[in-house]
Amino acid sequence: MNGSELIFTAILLPALASLLIWAAGRLPNLREGITLVTAVTLAVVVFNLLPAVLAGGRPATDATEVLPGLEIAFTVEPLGMLFALVASILWIVNSIYSIGYMRGNNEPRQTLFYICFAVAISATMMVAFSANLFTLFIGYEVLTLSTYPLVTHKGTDEARRAGRVYLLLLLTTSMVLLLPAIIAVGYISGTLNFVPGGILQGTLPPLLMGGLLALFIFGIGKAAVMPVHFWLPAAMVAPTPVSALLHAVAVVKAGVFTVVKVIVYIFGVEALRESGAGDWLVYVAGFTVITASIVALRQDNLKKRLAYSTISQLSYVVLAASILTPAAIVGAAMHIAAHAVSKITLFFAAGSVYTAAHVTEISHMDGIGRRMPWTMGAFAVGALSMIGLPPTAGFLGKWFMLEGAVGSAQWVPLVVIVISTMLNAAYFLPIIHRAFLRPSQAHADAHHGDDHHEHGEAPWPIVLALTLTAAGTIALFLFPGIPLSLAEQLAGMN
Amino acid sequence: MILDHLPIIQVIVPLFGALLCALTRSGKVAWVIAAIVSLLMPLVAIGLLQQVLSQGVVSYAIGGWLPPVGIEYRVDLLNVFVLLVVSIVGAVMIPFAARSVAAEIPEHKQSWFYSMYLLCMCGLLGITITGDAFNAFVFLEVSSLATYTLIALGSDRRALIASYQYLIVGTIGATFYIIGVGILLTVTGTLNMVDIADKLGDIGQTRPVLAALAFIIVGISLKLALFPLHVWLPNAYAYAPSFATSFLAATATKVAVYLFVRFVFGVFGTGIEFGSFAVADVLLVLSIFAMFGASIVAVFENNIKRALAYSSVSQIGYMTLGIALGNLTGLTGGLVHLFNHALIKGGLFMAVGAVAYRTGTARINELGGIGRRMPWTMAAFTIAGMAIIGVPGTVGFISKYLLAVASFEQGYWWLPFLIVLSSLIAVLYIGRIVEVAWFREPTGAVATATEAPLSMLIPIWILALACVLFGLDTEFSAGLAERAAAFMMGAGG
Repeated sequence: MNGSELIFTAILLPALASLLIWAAGRLPNLREGITLVTAVTLAVVVFNLLPAVLAGGRPATDATEVLPGLEIAFTVEPLGMLFALVASILWIVNSIYSIGYMRGNNEPRQTLFYICFAVAISATMMVAFSANLFTLFIGYEVLTLSTYPLVTHKGTDEARRAGRVYLLLLLTTSMVLLLPAIIAVGYISGTLNFVPGGILQGTLPPLLMGGLLALFIFGIGKAAVMPVHFWLPAAMVAPTPVSALLHAVAVVKAGVFTVVKVIVYIFGVEALRESGAGDWLVYVAGFTVITASIVALRQDNLKKRLAYSTISQLSYVVLAASILTPAAIVGAAMHIAAHAVSKITLFFAAGSVYTAAHVTEISHMDGIGRRMPWTMGAFAVGALSMIGLPPTAGFLGKWFMLEGAVGSAQWVPLVVIVISTMLNAAYFLPIIHRAFLRPSQAHADAHHGDDHHEHGEAPWPIVLALTLTAAGTIALFLFPGIPLSLAEQLAGMN
Repeated sequence: MILDHLPIIQVIVPLFGALLCALTRSGKVAWVIAAIVSLLMPLVAIGLLQQVLSQGVVSYAIGGWLPPVGIEYRVDLLNVFVLLVVSIVGAVMIPFAARSVAAEIPEHKQSWFYSMYLLCMCGLLGITITGDAFNAFVFLEVSSLATYTLIALGSDRRALIASYQYLIVGTIGATFYIIGVGILLTVTGTLNMVDIADKLGDIGQTRPVLAALAFIIVGISLKLALFPLHVWLPNAYAYAPSFATSFLAATATKVAVYLFVRFVFGVFGTGIEFGSFAVADVLLVLSIFAMFGASIVAVFENNIKRALAYSSVSQIGYMTLGIALGNLTGLTGGLVHLFNHALIKGGLFMAVGAVAYRTGTARINELGGIGRRMPWTMAAFTIAGMAIIGVPGTVGFISKYLLAVASFEQGYWWLPFLIVLSSLIAVLYIGRIVEVAWFREPTGAVATATEAPLSMLIPIWILALACVLFGLDTEFSAGLAERAAAFMMGAGG
C-alpha cells in the first residue's frame, strides 16, 4: 500500500470495525476478537507509515474540496505520526485491559462501549493525520461526540450530569471560540493548511495575533487549560478504560496536539516569538500547571487526583510550546508521548484496584500494595514518570523543556517546572507509601461487609496490560530514538 | 414537444392530481395518485434544470399569450433550485404518508387530505415558477388555503384553532402582498416581474415604490414566519398531521424565502439597491432575534413538534440573515441553508412522526428510552439533530460557515460569534431530546413500542444520509446556490 492508502486505512479501519462490533454484539468473544484484531492491524498500518516520515517524507492524500477553501485532506507530519503511534499502540493494550475490566465488573451495554471506542479511535487518527484545520476540526468534534456515550456509560444521574458538563463545555469552547478562530484564519490567509513556519506571518498586528491565539488556546477545550478544564474531572465517572485511553491519551492529547500544531504550523514559532503575541501563554499555562497540582493534592478520590494531575501535565505541553524554542518544542512532543504511556499506567492501576478491591478512595488504600504488588508496582513506575525521575519517560520531556527554558533565559517556565515537580512528588509519593508501608485497614470500616476483602490481584488481562505500559514507560526512557527523531523533525532541528 | 411544456407540467399535474384525489373515496387510491404525482415532479424539475443549465432562462408563455401581456412562467437558476427542493422533498416523503396518514386521519377524510396535499404542492411550485406577480398571489392563496385544511385535519382539536389562527395571519400577509403588487401595477402598469424590474430602473426610489416594497416585504415575512411575525407557525406545525408538518416545514417557508429573494433582488433590485436603506439592517436585527429568541423557547418546550417548530423559526433567521448581509457569500449561505434546512427539518419531523405513530405521543417527558425501542428512527433523528447544530461534516456546518465568512467580508467581525453562539442553543434543545431518548429506561407507551415500519424508515434515512452527504459534497447544493446567488446579484446590480 502507498502512503495515501495507508492513511485512509488507518482512519477507516476502526470505523469499519465499529460496524462489525455492532453486528457481533450478541457474541462477546467474537466482538472482543474484532476489537483486538483491529487494534493490532491499525498499529501495523500506522507503523508502515513511519519509515517514510523518518526519512523526511510526508505521505499525503489527495484533497477533497467541500467548499472553496474547505478541504478534507490528510498529511502525515512528525507530530501527527508520533500521536498516531502512541494512540494506536496503547489502543491494543487498552483493549486487553478493557476486556478484563468490563467483564470483571459486569458492566452493561458493552457492545455500545466497544463501538464508541472504535469510532473515537477513528476520529483520533483523523485528528492526527489532518492536513488542515478544517479536517482537524471534523475529527475533533467527532471525538467529542463519540466519547459522550462513554462518559454517560453508567446511566446514573451522576453520569448524565457529568456527560452534560463534558459535552457542553467541549462543544461550547470548540464552536464559540475555535470555529470562529478557524474561519478568521481562513479569511485572513486564504488557506487553512498546516504549513511549516506558519501561514499567518506578518498578516496581523501583535494584539490581534494574541487575541486569535487566545481563541485557539481556550477554544481547544480538550487541552484543558484553566478555566476550560472542568470537563476532565467530570469525565472520570466513565469506566476506567475510557479514562485511561481517552481521557489520558486520545482526547486530551488531541487537545495539546492541536495546540502545538496551531503554534508550529499556523502561527509559526518564529513569528510568534518575534511579535511577542504569545507571551501571555506562559503565564496561563504556568498557572494551570501549579493550580491543578495543588487541587490534585486535595483529592481523595484516586481517579479525580489523576484527572487533576492530567490537567497539570497537559499544560506542561502548552507551557513547553509557549517557550517557543526548538528544544522546548521537542520537549512538548516528547511529553505528549511520555505522559500518555505513564498516565495510562496510573489509570490502569486505579481501575485494577477498583476491580479487585472495589476501592476508589486513596484513604482506603492502606497496605493494598502487598496484596496487589504488580498493580501498585506499575503505579509506582507511572508516578515516578509523572514526577520526572529517571529511568522513566517523564524525565525526557522535562529535560528538553528545561533545556529550552534555560537556553532562552526564560525563568518563569523554569520556576513553574521546579515547583510543580515538587507538587507532583507531594501528591504521588504518599499513595505509594500508603500502599506498601502502611498496615491494612480493618475490613469492617473499609468495606460494607461484601465479599471482596480477601482479594488478590485483578483479572489477568488487567495485570498484563498495566505491566506492559509500565514496561513501556521505562523502555521509552531507555530507547527514545523514534519519538525523539520525530520530535526533532517537528522542531526543525535536523 | 413535451419538453417545451415542462414549466406548465410542473404545475398542472399536481392540480389535476388533486382533482382526481377529490373524486375518489378511498384513501389508498388517493395515496397512489399522490405518490405518482410526487415521484413525477422531481423528474420534471430535473428536466427544467437541464434546460436552464444548457440554454439559460426558460420562458414559457401560458396559452401562447406573450409576456408582458400574458402570464409568463420563467425558470432561472434561482427558482429551478427551489423547484428541485420542493419536488424532491415531496417525492422522498410520500412513502412515509401511507402509514402515517392512515393512522392519524379518519378513513373518509384521507382522500381529501391527499387532495389538499397535492393542491398545496401545486401552489408552492406555482409560486416558485411563475414570473407574474399577480399569478404568484393566486398560487400563494392556493397553497395557503390547502395548508389551512391540512392543518385542520390534525387529530388534536387544537389543530382547528391553530388552523384558524394561521388563516387570519396568512390572509393578512396575502393582503399586504397584493396591496404592494397593486401599487406596483399603478406605478409601472405591468404585473410581469421582469417588466416591473425594467420599469423600476427608470422610476427609481420614489415614495410609492418604497411603499410597495414595504407592503410586499411585510406580507411575505408573515408567510415565511420571520420573527416576530412567526406566531402562527408553532401551533400550526405542532397540531397538524405528522406528514403535513414534515412536508410544510421542509417546503412552505422555503418558498416564501424564495419569493422574498425574488422581490428584493430580482424585482426591486434594479431601482433600489438592497442594503442602501434601513430594511437590510432591520432584517439583520430581526434575524438575530429569531436565531436566539426562537431557539431559547425551543429549549423549554416539552412537545417535540413544537420545539422543532420554534427551531424552524430560528433557522429561517439564518436564511434571512444571509439575505440581510447582502453580499454574494451571504446570499449563497442563505440559499444553501434553504436547501439544507429542508433536508434536516424534513428528516427530524418525520422521525418524530414515526415516534408518534408508534407511541401516540410527541412529548419529551413521555418518551424516555425511545432510542432503545426505535434505534433506527432515533439514530436518524440524532444525525439530523447534529446537522441542525452545525457539526462539521453535516449540511448545517456548510450554511453556517458561509454565513460566518460573509459576515467577515461585510466587516461584521462580531457576527460569527453570534452565529455559533446561537447554534449552541441548538445543542441544548437537540441534546435534551437525544439524552432522554437514549439514556432513560423505557416506560409507559414506550416500553411496548417497536421500530417504525420500513415505509417510514427509508424516507427518514434518505434525508438523514443526505444531511451528511451534502455536508461533504457541496457541489450540487452550494454550487447551485452560488450560481443562483450570483445570477440574482447580477440581475440586481
